[in-house]
Amino acid sequence: MSENKTAAYVCKGCGIGDRLDTDQLAKIAESEGKCSLVRQHDFLCNADGVNTIRNDIEGEGVTHVVIAACSRRAKTDAFGFDDVALGRANLREGVIWVRPDAEEARETTQEMADDYLRMACAEIQYMKQPAANQNAGTNKNILVVGGGVSGMTAALEASKAGYGVLLVEKTGQLGGWAAKLYKRVPDREPFADPQDTGASDLIKSVEHDKNITVFVNSSITRTSGAPGQFSIDISAESGETVTENVGSIIQASGFSNYDANQLPELGYGKSPDVVDQAELEQLAKQAADGPIKRPSDGKEVESVVFVQCAGQRSDKQGHLPYCSGHCCNTSIKQAMYFKDSNPNVDTMVMYDDLRTPGNGEDFYRSAQRKGVSFTKGKTHQVNPVNGQLEVKFHDMILGEDAVAKADLVVLATGQVANSGVDIEQATTLEVEDEDGQSEATAEADTSEVQVPVESILNLTYRQGVDLPHLRHGFSDSHFICFPYETQRSGIYTCGPVRRPMDIVQTMEDATGAALKAIQAVENATLGRAAHPRSGDLSFPSFRREGCTQCKRCTVECPFGAIDEDEQRYPVFNESRCRRCGTCMGACPVRVISFENYSVDTVGQQIKTVDMPDEFDEKPRILVLACENDAYPALDMAAQQGLEYSAFVRIVPVRCLGSVNTIWVTDALNSGYDGVMLMGCKKGDDYQCHFVKGSELAHYRMSKIDDTLQQLQLEPERVQTYEVEITDIQRLPTLINEYVAKIDEIGMNPFKGF
Amino acid sequence: MSDVNTAMVQKYRNDFLKEVEENVEEGHWVKMCMQCGVCSGSCPFGPDWDHPPQEIFMMIRAGKRDEVLTTESMWMCTSCYNCIVRCPRELPITHIMHGLANYAHRLGIAPKMNPTRRFSKIFWNNIAKTGRVNELALSLKLYFMDGFMSGIKNALAMAGVGIGMLKTKRLNPFALINHKGVKNPKELHVLLKKAREIEDRRKGIAR
Repeated sequence: MSENKTAAYVCKGCGIGDRLDTDQLAKIAESEGKCSLVRQHDFLCNADGVNTIRNDIEGEGVTHVVIAACSRRAKTDAFGFDDVALGRANLREGVIWVRPDAEEARETTQEMADDYLRMACAEIQYMKQPAANQNAGTNKNILVVGGGVSGMTAALEASKAGYGVLLVEKTGQLGGWAAKLYKRVPDREPFADPQDTGASDLIKSVEHDKNITVFVNSSITRTSGAPGQFSIDISAESGETVTENVGSIIQASGFSNYDANQLPELGYGKSPDVVDQAELEQLAKQAADGPIKRPSDGKEVESVVFVQCAGQRSDKQGHLPYCSGHCCNTSIKQAMYFKDSNPNVDTMVMYDDLRTPGNGEDFYRSAQRKGVSFTKGKTHQVNPVNGQLEVKFHDMILGEDAVAKADLVVLATGQVANSGVDIEQATTLEVEDEDGQSEATAEADTSEVQVPVESILNLTYRQGVDLPHLRHGFSDSHFICFPYETQRSGIYTCGPVRRPMDIVQTMEDATGAALKAIQAVENATLGRAAHPRSGDLSFPSFRREGCTQCKRCTVECPFGAIDEDEQRYPVFNESRCRRCGTCMGACPVRVISFENYSVDTVGQQIKTVDMPDEFDEKPRILVLACENDAYPALDMAAQQGLEYSAFVRIVPVRCLGSVNTIWVTDALNSGYDGVMLMGCKKGDDYQCHFVKGSELAHYRMSKIDDTLQQLQLEPERVQTYEVEITDIQRLPTLINEYVAKIDEIGMNPFKGF
Repeated sequence: MSDVNTAMVQKYRNDFLKEVEENVEEGHWVKMCMQCGVCSGSCPFGPDWDHPPQEIFMMIRAGKRDEVLTTESMWMCTSCYNCIVRCPRELPITHIMHGLANYAHRLGIAPKMNPTRRFSKIFWNNIAKTGRVNELALSLKLYFMDGFMSGIKNALAMAGVGIGMLKTKRLNPFALINHKGVKNPKELHVLLKKAREIEDRRKGIAR
């Protein structure tokens, strides 16, 4: 690219021409915006308008285009010029739709439009059209870790779509838990009887699939690289190791059974006739279609009690706080094992809340018809008495304690995710060691003895060997906004490692993860970002001379995309990057930038705003709004005709995490009276598209108070808000209230300096 | 305790659910209850019952035979059918309640002084005698159920209604003498006896 040539196009459609002085806008673009070509158009997004721009790009060699029309979220198809740097001045949603069409408002509205045009011109001066990542990998194979139902389903689905699959299973055979079941909960009409597990068919299809290479008795001992170019070591039990390359990874490591030995009060360990559900499957398999015999003396079982929620849905120390979802249906199924072979066997299911998701309600009814009895009761003790078991429980309907006798007791224990090493706990310990002082949060519970856990993926990433755990040890990302996405690009989880599930849910989940993995390799090959900035070609780079090796970017990257070299300089793995800019916001010396998004592209927008002096009674308030939720909400507020103050200047940011504090201090230094930061919901139920961005921003801004004090400014001048995309009514109120508050506090004394 | 009752206790031991299934009208539905409690919440007399329907179902499963059969609860049912309409499992709860009451009565362990039970008996004897209800006799029997003094009191309290009915010819004042029954009540008696025999045989009750 030889020389930049900037062109500005001012649209007069949608009422812009009636409400604003577009000649003045054109003049500003020319003089202040330094645009060599300025055109006005009556209807820019129609074929003629778009052609005008296209002709200028091709004929006049325009490299940078400013479109002063509607929001950057509107008309993206018409204005999708991906061979030039593109800036959008939001005159429609940002100005005329949020301002009253009245004579007295005309001046401030025009000022608003002028500023947005200046900002777009300033932004674009510092933007380059990003070229795709040159280091993109091209491997399109998919690694599946785990050979259970979830892993096999994911492998088959990926294979059906034409992708090569490596399937790695730790044990000697495929099938996982499903292969150990006698029968499964039905997945089809009439949902009345247990049915064949289907595991052997699944195994057969995997073994006969030419696209799938199966490694049994093997585990992953090293994973490095990035989407499109992962390098993995697969080590067999014999010690033999092969190195393979893959494009993306599906972790289907499943679950382990909760250790029933932690439930001595329910008789486990005290009598061999107290078993968990997995052990009952074994007994049923041994019995084949005959009567099930109890383990202690081989007597045919005549009465059995199923204790639901054993060691789960409980706040007690060492118990699982969550519901594993499948166990009620599983107990119903197992009770049918007994009833189907002999209707005279007494089968009682002792439940707290019977939860039978999906078509389980039909299955439940079928069991009642077969004579399985259900008692709403809480079991507190199981004791062996005279060769029988005594189940002491509290009947929750009759409100009294009661005792049931049984030959066999089955405990419905929960699923525990096989999610490997809890890296957060591992790193907090590490930090303590290094600094000699405790920076660890109160969460690290040292009183509990930690059992060493084997890593599943053995990632060589800076941030730890496994995927981060979310709640209760499951590796999940946001449940609603982006399921499957983990916090490591190109690695997807499915099945019970994500959340407790049964076979039906697992198969659906595995199919979804396979699609995500395919999407990831395809994007990676083209050097593009994966979710949520799917298709983005830009990636961060840093100015080595300026870097102080502070490590903040590597630590704060929510996706573990940045490693460190021997000298502790950051090493960016472009293909792992999600382009949120959190590293850019973190960098205290501001050396990290994207080609089309940098400290300058935003910083210059802030500086270029025309600042009225202190006595003009026209405050200026900077709004840095997350482009994922806050900015669309503002656009929607405009579409609904809600009005807000003309004193705000809104700058969209990729994520609030990308906000560098220099923007805020610069803004206050150059005379802004207040700064509003709008990010997504943070915390446990976060909605931040980049997981931690919003939280980090809140944290950073809490530290800015010191700076404000030094400047002798009120802390209210910088406010951070959690905003949801549905806050359409709330946002204009929020803005107006803030403007009123600034009015109260008074003008920023730094104006005009 | 009656012989029938002892026989039943011996026959079913502690499997009361099975006993109910085999002997109580619509009793086979009891096992289908899912303990949601909608019936108890819907019953207009719910707060007055010792054991609302949901609880009775649970007691049956828990084998509380004596408590269920001797309770006055199901005698409180007024057959409003709210529970049947609302039950998500479509249990005929009203019918089961009547079935349970009837079964307890037949076993001879239903609460002796329960007014519903006593009125039912009076009504049955009245209608079975001639095939048609003798309303005057029924009212008098009901009023004087608890003795002469309370009978007078009841009759005086209802005097206004009675006179109104006389005026509109809704009450035959001479019914005690000239009540008209069916043409041949003897045949009706044979019929009823046979029906009882068949039912007892079906339910396995020896007379």
